[in-house]
Amino acid sequence: MSGALHLGVLSVFGDAINFIFHQQEARTGQTMVGGPDQVWHLTGQHLKVTFLALGLALVIALPIGVALGHFRRGEAVAISVGNAGRAVPELALIAFVAAFIGVGLLNVTFALAVLGIPPILTNSYVGVSQVDRDAVEAARGMGMRGLQVVGRVELPLAVPTIMAGVRTAAINIIATAALASLAGLSTLGDLILGRNVYGDAGVVAGAIVIALLAVTLELSLAGIQWLLTPRGLKVARAGAAA
Amino acid sequence: MTAGAVQLAPLLGQVTIHSRTGANAPCQAQESKVFCFQWAVDNFDRYTTPFLNQLLLVLIAVGIGFAVAFAFAILSHRQRWLIPTFTGATGVLYTIPSLAFIFLLLPITGLGWETAIIVLSVYTLQIIYRNIVAGLSNVPVESQDAGRGMGMTDRQLLWRVELPLALPEIIAGLRIATVSTVAISTLMVFANVNTLGQPLYQQIDFKTNIVIAAGLSILMAIALDLLLLVSQRLLAPWRRPSMGARA
Repeated sequence: MSGALHLGVLSVFGDAINFIFHQQEARTGQTMVGGPDQVWHLTGQHLKVTFLALGLALVIALPIGVALGHFRRGEAVAISVGNAGRAVPELALIAFVAAFIGVGLLNVTFALAVLGIPPILTNSYVGVSQVDRDAVEAARGMGMRGLQVVGRVELPLAVPTIMAGVRTAAINIIATAALASLAGLSTLGDLILGRNVYGDAGVVAGAIVIALLAVTLELSLAGIQWLLTPRGLKVARAGAAA
Repeated sequence: MTAGAVQLAPLLGQVTIHSRTGANAPCQAQESKVFCFQWAVDNFDRYTTPFLNQLLLVLIAVGIGFAVAFAFAILSHRQRWLIPTFTGATGVLYTIPSLAFIFLLLPITGLGWETAIIVLSVYTLQIIYRNIVAGLSNVPVESQDAGRGMGMTDRQLLWRVELPLALPEIIAGLRIATVSTVAISTLMVFANVNTLGQPLYQQIDFKTNIVIAAGLSILMAIALDLLLLVSQRLLAPWRRPSMGARA
């Protein structure tokens, strides 16, 4: 019984891998689906809308969060936005944008950016406002002005917290980009939501590729965070861990 | 021939008139109106089952997630090396998009409640675990010493001193986990569970439907969040709840 189950599980995953690397006839007949070309194309589309949305969310949320944190104003707003963002159902957001605003790349980018703004805004506020007052005073004592303090002291010291928000936003966005096909944009979600065309092999193939993409994106952002974190913070952290 | 055409014309006229004046007909056109109140009143009962299903799914998933995270947090309270291991493992699982997670389980558990519960409870693990661990490590050494001075064993110290003092952090973690689980559970329509995602997905271009389904889901999240907030004030009245943790 369990042997048969394992064999069945393995064969579905085998079919899924096969779907990624070899074209095959669609479940509905006539057309050919799967294979590296289609998977690459959908992956490209998926990444394109993900990066556009993440970029847009950064451009909007980072300056606002950093400014609020620098002046230590609007804590209630900055924290509430993050809390409220978690309550928004992704499926409803996509449906809402498709029904009220429209479909296509621009509208989906906007919808996904809305999803990415709360964690970036909240974390950049928290990160900057929690920077040690003594460090800020020292910077002012050295003759730095407002923007210099932000750029050379507050931002570098807030990198770990800000990047945690960026990573949360990126995960939310790349996950929800799979729903973009409901708003007229082809992404890897097409494979997952098109079971009657692509079959179980295509659905599981889509799930595998999306999961790998998400983990890769998360690891890349962790790498970027490591590069951006000031050496002093790393030393302090290593010392605390030891 | 001519007689038939003459008879048909008034009929067509009636049809048009009916579709414009019927009680919920204007909203069936599924366009133009932002929110059709009459349709909402007439059809509200179709959201009852999805709402209750979603609520049950959230309660089960957060319950299981809390039980597992709690057990591991207690274990790692004494075995500190478990903390990075468990945080790392749950972090990777948290990264997997829910839609992909559902269909990665398709060959193993199929589609249905079982799959939905696994996916949702796995997502709650990290935030609940991190907050319990943080809460336990923030307990003042003086409180621990006082407990030991009264002759408490490790277990008594944990249940009578450390866990009660960690309660605000623990509940803060539960609040975040619960609110996110409510939102993600709408996606469990793709695991064949009739949550509020079902009406959303079925009539994805019908504005009134989207507003009701999304509104009910957000209301559920707010209600559960408030319930946990109130329970924290009752259980740990010595400390005001913080506004919320970071993402």
